[in-house]
Formats: sequence, structure tokens, C-alpha cells
Amino acid sequence: MPTFRTNILCCAGTGCNASNSALIYDEFNSELKKYGLENEVNVIKTGCFGLCQKGPIVAIYPDQVFYSHVKVEDVARIVAEHIYKGRVVTDLQLSDEDLKSGEKILDINKIKFYEKQQRIALRNCGKINPEDITEYIAMDGYAALGKALTEMKPQEVIDVMKASGLRGRGGAGFPTGVKWQFEKDQPGDEKYVICNADEGDPGAFMDRSILEGDPHAIIEGMTIMGYAVGAHKGYIYIRAEYPIAVNRLRIAIDQAHQYGLLGENIFDSGFSFDLELRLGAGAFVCGEETALIASIEGKRGMPTPKPPFPAVSGVWGKPTSINNVETLANVAQIINNGAEWYSSIGTEKSKGTKVFALGGKIKNTGLVEIPMGTTLREIIYEIGGGCPNNKAFKAVQTGGPSGGCLTEKELDTPIDYDNLIAAGSMMGSGGMIVLDEDNCMVDVARFYMEFICDESCGKCTPCRVGTKRLLEMLTKICDGEGTMEMLAEMEELCEEIRDTALCGLGQTAPNPILSTLKHFRSEYEAHILEKRCPAGVCKKLLTYSIDPNKCKKCSMCARNCPVDAIKGVPGKEPYVIDTAKCIKCGTCITSCRFGAVERK
Amino acid sequence: MKSLEDLKKMREAALKKVEMREGGKDYRVVVGMATCGIAAGARPVLNRLVEETAQKDYNCVVTQTGCIGMCVYEPIVEVFDKNGGHTTYVHVDPEKATAILEQHVGKGQIVEEYTVEAARKGGETA
Repeated sequence: MPTFRTNILCCAGTGCNASNSALIYDEFNSELKKYGLENEVNVIKTGCFGLCQKGPIVAIYPDQVFYSHVKVEDVARIVAEHIYKGRVVTDLQLSDEDLKSGEKILDINKIKFYEKQQRIALRNCGKINPEDITEYIAMDGYAALGKALTEMKPQEVIDVMKASGLRGRGGAGFPTGVKWQFEKDQPGDEKYVICNADEGDPGAFMDRSILEGDPHAIIEGMTIMGYAVGAHKGYIYIRAEYPIAVNRLRIAIDQAHQYGLLGENIFDSGFSFDLELRLGAGAFVCGEETALIASIEGKRGMPTPKPPFPAVSGVWGKPTSINNVETLANVAQIINNGAEWYSSIGTEKSKGTKVFALGGKIKNTGLVEIPMGTTLREIIYEIGGGCPNNKAFKAVQTGGPSGGCLTEKELDTPIDYDNLIAAGSMMGSGGMIVLDEDNCMVDVARFYMEFICDESCGKCTPCRVGTKRLLEMLTKICDGEGTMEMLAEMEELCEEIRDTALCGLGQTAPNPILSTLKHFRSEYEAHILEKRCPAGVCKKLLTYSIDPNKCKKCSMCARNCPVDAIKGVPGKEPYVIDTAKCIKCGTCITSCRFGAVERK
Repeated sequence: MKSLEDLKKMREAALKKVEMREGGKDYRVVVGMATCGIAAGARPVLNRLVEETAQKDYNCVVTQTGCIGMCVYEPIVEVFDKNGGHTTYVHVDPEKATAILEQHVGKGQIVEEYTVEAARKGGETA
């Protein structure tokens, strides 16, 4: 194995890939050749560093220098200066400003975004080449599998999982060890395990990044799970919309086969296990376990009533355990380091760490992994850097379409499963969308209801028809045609859907409405009573006008208006908007250089 | 792969490849790789340091830096220990690099004769 003096790690996660990181990787290779450095310096594609906002990210080791927003044309300079001459290109370097002194912080471990994080599930993301099994092995990969198969009985593995306190990271938070025990205790020798990689919440990309950055961790976690419950076959159910993750999983499964870590008689223990990928077509409902199982079996992805639970009758009618990607990413770490280590992290009832995908109105969009018990305020302000452009924070949405909003009042809540439910939201799979003063909460509720209507499978009436009615009412309110009676009707319907829908999708669908009604009832009332959208989002409630005192009569707005709704005389008469013609597209606001256009 | 032994062997072989990316070593060996350093022969020194470190498992990371400002003394190698100690070696060639790793990083003994202080005493100025 050759030794390289320097490693250049290019992020090849989906976020950075979208901003040309693949070309950057190629450019590094060709620039290094120019200097004859290709045998001294190694270029590696790696997984997500988490700081997607600053991508594409390139890390140089052992120097521990991180470059952000790297463009293809910057590569020549990085190679010439940093790699060849050893001078860090400071203007491209990832940095943070010290809030007190205003000094630049360049040490990656002191940057606020990373300082508060503790990476267990993401530990290899951005550090290893996900397409090279030897790098995973170097990071203690497959040691936990070896330990489990050669030194532990299946029941001992389950006992460790129970003692660790790990709970399902898909959202519901069911204790993982207990789930495994249910399946192990079932009679029969044909059993299955499934990895649920059907990540569907809008704005969530935790599982995607783990699969892209550290696919072997999932293979190892599933094999250990198979050993513990007595299954010899596992399915990874992943959406076809995740092509990079699918590709890296395929490579990883092949490599694991080559090294004898999947297949017959693993570690000479007599235990055999194999994995199969099943690609889903990206239906949200297939994240629900019974629908997921139906989809694996080749049937239409629709849920079935529980019981029977999958642990009793799952895929092909056999006992099956389903765990989420992030849950499985923790398994090998727990076996390696012990239950005590894991349960020392986190809060009393929620152990370990949780990965969140930070999105929306936040400076540092990206992926963060924090110990349970960290407060929302720490995540949003210290790690996330707060709302951009000095806008005021309004709410944070957790749990996606099944979750709810939390406001300023709840920001000091330590994050764990129970606290978030008590505060009126839920952990969910880890999407965290920050909303600021420019977000209309009625519009947010409508967005989620639209999503649910699209994704409802239609099997049960409460979900199929009920969510449609909710969406209609929300749309009317956004259009200024709502009545106060609608609010009461919505609340009643929400409760009915919650109590009567067949599966989790329908049962939780009303949550975004209920939580926005609870915290932001005044916004609903402004839409209904005053026909006004306080955040200035709902188009039909907005009127555009030009302040004649500010108008410089330059004609810019009129020339840009797509429907000729603005009239005036250049240099002589101030411009006026014909509100009957206006389509409220907002082009005049962006084209006016004097701030004369007002939106109310 | 059939045993934990096999896995361990594979891990050790693969570790060298990635451990350069981890911190936590006792020493940091830094080579001045600005134009002046390269012209004076820093590249073979760097390569020797990297090879030897990998082969003999020295407890250090080897990295490069820019011009230290004493171009007349190039190639310069600086060794930082984890307690904040700092030694500057000057006019280093590949043989001296080997000796520095052996003595300083391996045994914790500074190779006085190659240090900048020794060069100054010898009448050189910078």
C-alpha cells in the first residue's frame, strides 16, 4: 500500500456534488500530475462533512486545513500554493469569526459548527473514502461484527443493545434492543432484517449522507442485527432518488463479499448472512414499515393494520425487524465501546446522539450530530449561526409532515424524544427547518398538507378525504376566503383523522396544523378577519403600490413588469400600479433601486 | 478473511493510509516547502520523512509549511512536541532527516548539532 504525504479529501456528498465537486476531484488529479506529485499526494472522494452551506468542501490532511466554496478554477491555486509550496490559501479557508473579538478562527475543531457536535453515526463521514473497504477497516470497521460473532451469543448482543438505551432514530423512538428481542423470541428459522432507508421528510438528508459517506457501517450494523435475531437475509429498502447512495452501497456490498464479511460462514463462526438492495420509487408512505414490506414483496406500497407487527409477521409473512439507517449506524459503535459508554451520552430516557439536517432560514445549512440533551437554542444559534440577514427567528419545524413547530419559548428545551413530544412536536427522523419573520405559518401548514395529500396512499378514508378537506380550508384561508368557523372545523377534523387513520402517515398528518394553530393562532386570524398576511407571503392577500415620494420616475419597474400593469411617464410622472392587472409576482420590488415599491 | 487475526492484520496495513488524517500524535514534523526550501532540496527531505515515518511507525505527523523567513538556512525542518516544545533544524538533507526521526521523535533526544543554534554558533548569520 503506497504512503502519501498528503491526502486531499473532496466531499462527494449529494450537496457538494451538485456544486461540481466531481469536477474538482478530476481537476486536482490533473493539476497534481502537472507538478509530478501524483505519487506523493492522494486525492479521495469522501462523504458529507456536514457543512453543506459552505460546500464544496475540500480538506487537506495531515495539515487539517479545510477549504470552503471551492471552485474548479481555485484548484490550480491550491495545488501551486498549498500542496507544492506549503502555503495555505487563506482566502479560501473555512473560517468562523469569534463573536467577541471578531478574530478569524481557522482551527477546524474550534469552529462553532463543529465544536458542539459529537459524531458517532457520522464519525467516518468526511474522513474516509466510502468506496474503499480497507479505509473503513482501518477505522475499526467490522471489528464489532468480529467481536459479536466470535465472542458473544445472540442474546448477549441484544442485552448490550438494550442496556445501551438506543432508541429507533426513524422517529418513533422504540427501544432497538426490545425490538430485536421480539423477533428473536419468535419461533421458526426463516427470519429477516430490513434497513429502512426510505427517507422522505421534506428537508431531511441524514440517512442519505450516512449511506453516501459510510455505507459499510450500515452493512456491519445489519449483519450484527441479523446475527442477534437469527436472520440470514437482510433487505436495504432505499429510494431510487438517491443514486449516489445506491451506487456506494452496491460497491460496499460487493467489497464485503470479497472480504468474506458477507456470505457464508462469516469469521468462521458458522453464521451466514446476505444483503439485497430493494429500490423504492420514492413514495413517502413506504417509510411506514408495513407499506415498506408490501413494497419489498412487489405489492403496491400500502400499509396494513397492526397487529400483526412485523416482528411476528413481516416480509414474506416471516418475523422481521426494521431499523432506520441512523439507528444501524450506531450499532457497531455500541458493540465496540460497550453499552455503558453509549448510555453515558445523552439524557435519562434518550441516550446517545442524534443527527439533524439543518435547513431553512439558517446560516449554516448542513448536517449536525449532537448529544441528546443539547438545547434547540444551541443547535440553531451556536451551531447553525442563527437566521441570516438579521431576520428575527420565528419557529423551528421538527419531525417533518408528522411533526410540529416550536417557538422561541421552547428553544431552551433539551432535545430528547419525550421533551419534544411534551412541547407539541416530535423528534421525527431529524429534519429541522428554521423559519423566520418572512415565513407565513398558515402557508407552512398548507405546504405540509399539500405534501400529505400528494403522498396519501388512499387506502383509508380519514387520510384520503380528510387531508383533502383540510387542504381546501387552508387554501381558502391563505386566499383570504376563510371564516372563523373553519378554524373550529379544522381542529375537529384534525382530531378525527388522528384517531381514525390507518397508519402513522395519516395519524400524524394533522400535527403541522394543530401546532401552528396552537402557537400562531393570531396569524390565522389576521388572514381571516383582516384579510392580511402578516409575513407578506400569501399572494392573494398582498397589494403592491408605489410610494410617489420615493419614485424617481426611472421607468425601471414598468419595463420589467411582465403584464404591463405599471404606468407612468419617464422623468415626469411617478409610476402607479394597476392592482386589477397586477399578478403579484414581485418583479417590480426587485427591479426598483430606490425602495419605492411597497408590498402590504 | 476468516478470523479476527486476519481483520487485525488488514486493519494495521490499512491504518497507515488513513492515520495521517488523524491528529493526536506526540510530534509534528514540519518541512518548509516554500520556493526557497524546494530550491535548497526540501522535497527529498519531505519524502524521506514521510517514508520513514510510515515504515518505522514513528509517533508523528509530517506536514509542510511555507517560508519560515530564514531562507539561508533551508531546508528547514521544525519539530513540535505535544507540550509546546519546538526545535528548528537547518540545512537538513535526507540523511539528517533520518537521524532527526531516530533521535528526536524516536528517543526524545534533540540532535543538537543540526539545530539553528548550533549553526549560529558556528558563525553563520541569518
